[in-house]
Amino acid sequence: MADPMKIRATLKGDVADIRVLVSHPMETGQRKDNSGNTIPPHFIQQLWIEVGGKLVIQGQTGTAVSRNPVFGFKVKGAKAGDKVVIKWRDNKGETRSDEAAVA
Amino acid sequence: MDMIRRTVLKGIGASSVLTAALAAGVLKPTQVFASTEWNRAAFDAKEASAALKSLGATNPAESKDIVLNAPEIAENGAVVPISVTSNIPNSISIAILSLKNPQPLSAAFDFAEGAMADIQVRVRLAETTPVRAIVKTADGKYYSTQKEVKVTVGGCGG
Repeated sequence: MADPMKIRATLKGDVADIRVLVSHPMETGQRKDNSGNTIPPHFIQQLWIEVGGKLVIQGQTGTAVSRNPVFGFKVKGAKAGDKVVIKWRDNKGETRSDEAAVA
Repeated sequence: MDMIRRTVLKGIGASSVLTAALAAGVLKPTQVFASTEWNRAAFDAKEASAALKSLGATNPAESKDIVLNAPEIAENGAVVPISVTSNIPNSISIAILSLKNPQPLSAAFDFAEGAMADIQVRVRLAETTPVRAIVKTADGKYYSTQKEVKVTVGGCGG
């Protein structure tokens, strides 16, 4: 199981500024290990962000997103205490979901 | 034969339900996410033009209302911070392409329910390349802007 995401959601006016740090190797499939074997690709393909129970952002990513990805989003109409749920799914079918509250 | 007919009927049924929902205003277009599948064709495309075609974004119009922030010089191509803000009304999607990467499409985001067309992401750049942001609006139009990023050490192989 992948490490938890670090999610921070801060309210500025009525806009939630959401930052998330995902722990993931984001292996491109182009690197080789020490014995010259290609390391197979392992990367996040999809991302879902829910705020206050509503799906607000859906993301798709390729191998060009950096290792341990950091994403920033802005969601209008959020309130303090709204639950932020972020979920990802990678090319191996692994998923992880974490949550935080808008503060 | 029966199988085919059944599939066709099912297809018609599903699409007419969606049409009815749209007509009734139950689902506003901005709230319907285009697809839930990872767009393999777009992400595997080796040319930006092919990736754009797979996204449905042919000939996006240049726009000064998209703010693309990226470093002019990236010392480390493995981690290049990019931010895109669209000031075009009713922007519902942002895609980021690095034109000289082996696969140009890096990431794409769809917005609904108050999410603003404003994203930050860190990407890998293989070499010095124009980075392009493509914005889709609710009426199905596409806009773009781009910025050249000089890369000192590439971030794809290694």
